[in-house]
Amino acid sequence: MIPELGHYALVLALFVALVQSVPPLVGAATRNGAWMNVAVPAAIAQMLLVLLSYAALTWAHVVSDFSVLNVVQNSHSAKPMLYKVSGVWGNHEGSMMLWIVMLTIFGAAVAVFGRNLPPTLKARVLAVQGLIGVGFLLFILITSNPFIRVIPAPIDGNDLNPLLQDPGLAFHPPFLYAGYVGFSMAFSFAVAALIEGRVDPAWARWVRPWTLAAWSTLTMGIAMGSWWAYYELGWGGWWYWDPVENASFMPWLAGTALLHSAIVVEKRDALKSWTILLAIVTFSLSLMGTFLVRSGILTSVHAFAVDPKRGIFILVLLAIATGGSLLLYSLRAPTLKAGGLFAPISREGALVLNNLLLSTATATVFIGTLYPLFLDIMKLGKVSVGAPFFNATFVPVAIPMVIAMVVGPYLSWKRADLGAALTRLWVAGVAVVAAVAVTAYVKAGSGPLLALVGIGLAAWAFVGSLVEFADRIALFRTSFRNSWNRAVHLPRSAWGMTIAHACVGLSILGMTGTSAWQTESITAMKPGDRASVAGYEFQFDSVGLVDGPNFKAERGTFTVTKDGQRVATLEPERRSYSTTRMTTTESAIHTTVFSDLYVALGDPTQNGTAWIVRIYHHPLVPWIWIGGVGMMLGGLVSLTDRRFRIGAPERRRTAGKTGGKSAPLPAE
Amino acid sequence: MRRLLYLLPFLLFIGVGVAFFLGFERDPRDIPSALIDKPAPTFDLPAIPGQMVQGQPAQGQPGAGLSSAKLAGDVTLVNVFASWCIPCKAEHPVITRLSREQGVTVYGINYKDKPEDALTWLSRNGNPYAAIGADQDGRVSIDWGVYGVPESYLIDRKGRIRFKHVGPLTPQVVEEQILPMVKHLRQG
Repeated sequence: MIPELGHYALVLALFVALVQSVPPLVGAATRNGAWMNVAVPAAIAQMLLVLLSYAALTWAHVVSDFSVLNVVQNSHSAKPMLYKVSGVWGNHEGSMMLWIVMLTIFGAAVAVFGRNLPPTLKARVLAVQGLIGVGFLLFILITSNPFIRVIPAPIDGNDLNPLLQDPGLAFHPPFLYAGYVGFSMAFSFAVAALIEGRVDPAWARWVRPWTLAAWSTLTMGIAMGSWWAYYELGWGGWWYWDPVENASFMPWLAGTALLHSAIVVEKRDALKSWTILLAIVTFSLSLMGTFLVRSGILTSVHAFAVDPKRGIFILVLLAIATGGSLLLYSLRAPTLKAGGLFAPISREGALVLNNLLLSTATATVFIGTLYPLFLDIMKLGKVSVGAPFFNATFVPVAIPMVIAMVVGPYLSWKRADLGAALTRLWVAGVAVVAAVAVTAYVKAGSGPLLALVGIGLAAWAFVGSLVEFADRIALFRTSFRNSWNRAVHLPRSAWGMTIAHACVGLSILGMTGTSAWQTESITAMKPGDRASVAGYEFQFDSVGLVDGPNFKAERGTFTVTKDGQRVATLEPERRSYSTTRMTTTESAIHTTVFSDLYVALGDPTQNGTAWIVRIYHHPLVPWIWIGGVGMMLGGLVSLTDRRFRIGAPERRRTAGKTGGKSAPLPAE
Repeated sequence: MRRLLYLLPFLLFIGVGVAFFLGFERDPRDIPSALIDKPAPTFDLPAIPGQMVQGQPAQGQPGAGLSSAKLAGDVTLVNVFASWCIPCKAEHPVITRLSREQGVTVYGINYKDKPEDALTWLSRNGNPYAAIGADQDGRVSIDWGVYGVPESYLIDRKGRIRFKHVGPLTPQVVEEQILPMVKHLRQG
């Protein structure tokens, strides 16, 4: 009964979504207020219906209702409760449900919080959002209905893929989808603006918080996914340039560009049509990610149950949404009025450079990901594109990007003095030289030369961002109290920028450290054996059998010592899940801020007395994710900025002037 | 001219969309075998220990397993399977139909399996194979270029590999690819 309720609510949501789209579009064209206003209650109703439907599906999973096919295929009565709930989105149908849940929440948020949006813009934004909902609800109902029953009901289910039964992954999809779907807001605003034929700073002020929110959650989602791959797959890598990883990375890169170009629209009323294009592209890349994962068009470790019918359907959606909006763009964008002019060396110039580099990076990843497909279609052979291509093409773009990232905030709008900006960055320059010198001395030439570049960049980004902040609050140039006051009164977006930019430095530090100086030992070990990695002694004490709720595990015990001192006891597991007959590795990790000690218990050798044990020493690796979480926090802090909350232009200039007679502060 | 610039994203997208559409017609998992049109590797695999062949325990019977000598003479299908492989179970009815109703001799290579598991699996699901070779250490399968089970190879009368299918056989693959190929090879 309850699954039928959910099914019914979903069908109803489809019709409500139609109501959310068609009358408001007509109303906005004919200036009919009543028709436009329909969008608001419709958006809220659509959210409630979708939530109800989602709750019904969750209920079926929680009580293990094996008369529902989706539950049979992805759940098991002995599965822990956490994974019964997360298992709802751990499969194709359920993940699409989560997708639409996010979409309608964003839509309802605009309906509720968008009181001071111009009425036609609001109606059009909600209508476009409703149209996306129509597309995806149709997709779910026609090709991926999670409420289909099975008769007779089996006694138990097939269980969820054990790799997904992990706390890190349980929450990875919600964050990721919140990010993907969040970009739909920017898309809806862009399309609405094209229909309106008008883009102004107020528009940008509206787009930016949604983009920020989406970007922050996407950052978190990607960081979680990478962290999961690191400890669950047992190879100790954190990024594989797998097509599906790339599918989430491309919207992130484009979204980062959008975030920055929207600043220019907001502050300077320039780069308007470019920003619109970015908004369309960013969401299209999110859609394309969905398409790539589910169509089976590229091979990937993530491939969901592949069904060509679904692939065709998403392709049609993609064609309508992206093709339609780009066509609209080609018709309408030339009529948008160009805004303020600026010199190449200026804050706008720096942001344009940022956008160019981010777009190039996106294009690089795009080409690398789809190259095998293009080549195959033209019957030119089968290839796979891996890390070497991406490292060779992505890194050269990333380096100037990070260098410019630190300089940009020093430049003033319209026209700036690059020399003066660089002089003020002398502290960061000293930090770079010091960091590189210390690294070169300590590591004594081990590791590639690029590692020194990485360390230098990390120092540049981290110290440079903090120096800029210190400069802004006139630290050491005025009394501490005065600086404190300035810091408190700085806009939150300035805080957010500093946090996020500094954390990029932290992530680079982690990436460089583990790529350049990782040491490993992969050997067959018997209990009693010892291995030595990076100055640590690993003693393999014993292997015991452990019973989990839906698995059995071999748990190894390793004692780690350094110079005779006990450091840690590590207990990696090798789990065998009885229903799916899959084994997973649960690596054991001892983390300090400087490095990870990582042990994974692999397959037993043929005679069963020894195990393949992988031991890694990953220097600095935790900083990758600390940096990722920091970037997300930076985004969230920026989101609390006053002007986003009340939608009014900031009144900070006056506050800035009270700080004393230092050099004019660059506007943030 | 400026208008054209604004049209560029749309045109690029059309290109990508067409590529995606064409992409449906191919399978990224479909990797060409280097062994196509080459003679099948020479091998001699024993029967699964404990298996009964013609009412006698296979052990000790000469030629009870599978060797390259058996492959010559008729068009045959060599199917690599294992009891632990779930897709193998899915394709099993298709293989059974191929062997019992559609008149194609099917040989099995039992890949990295425990003998008792393999025998239980065969007695439970039926044994459509004219002969089975047990490849317990996977050496022979490496020669065949197997990189995942199940895989199937079509061998012509001269013992050459003419077609390879990776993954479970479906009725569609059998109808559209294997049976026409068998017919063609038998005539030629």
